[in-house]
Amino acid sequence: MPAVAVTSAPLDLQALIDEIARSSTADGAIASFVGLVRDENQGRRVSFLEYEAYEPLAVRALQLIVAEAGAAWSDTRLGVHHRIGRLELGEASIVIVAASPHRAHAFAACRYTIERVKQIVPIWKHEHFEGGDVWLEGATADPDDEAARDTARRIACA
Amino acid sequence: MRVTVRLFARLRDLAGSGELVRDVPVPATVESVWRALVADLPALRDYERTMSVAVNADYSKMSATVSDGDEVAFLPPVSGG
Repeated sequence: MPAVAVTSAPLDLQALIDEIARSSTADGAIASFVGLVRDENQGRRVSFLEYEAYEPLAVRALQLIVAEAGAAWSDTRLGVHHRIGRLELGEASIVIVAASPHRAHAFAACRYTIERVKQIVPIWKHEHFEGGDVWLEGATADPDDEAARDTARRIACA
Repeated sequence: MRVTVRLFARLRDLAGSGELVRDVPVPATVESVWRALVADLPALRDYERTMSVAVNADYSKMSATVSDGDEVAFLPPVSGG
């Protein structure tokens, strides 16, 4: 199992934990994050989401984020899997696993990763709700934007 | 020369296709490919200030040079996670 993936298959948190954990016995902590499809967004009753990706660039962007987090918290190892395609309410859209000798680094690297995913990974949510559908648009992706990177780092260390 | 244009999410919906082949004059940049595209599809123009661009699946700039056979992608603001 690759540490970084964009896949239409259901995500398996435990499998990713096992994959990341098995490469070291020095870990004292694993922090994980699971993003879920929620039934409400900005007052709309969500029916389901369709995720679309520019897959080769999405994988590259995820690898860049893993490298950034690895540089900031050098004792951490990360895994990130993002799902695409149609997702029903309650299904996991992303799983992140951060392993480290120390919990502070595991938590920080995990939080940094989800913040950066929302900034620079070319994946889009097509929200289908009661009465219509809408493409959600968040950040203009720019991996070289230092201010965005600093924001993610600040949130991670808060 | 010929390039492949990739469009995603709402840009794809507005264009009616996620993949277009375009003949563009040499020398070409990402910006000149975009100009040719919005001349045909003016509905895309609003994204000029907020989109990102990529060449051959790597983030790039509007000023970047484009070569024959390249894949040029225009990306609306992202909403993954």
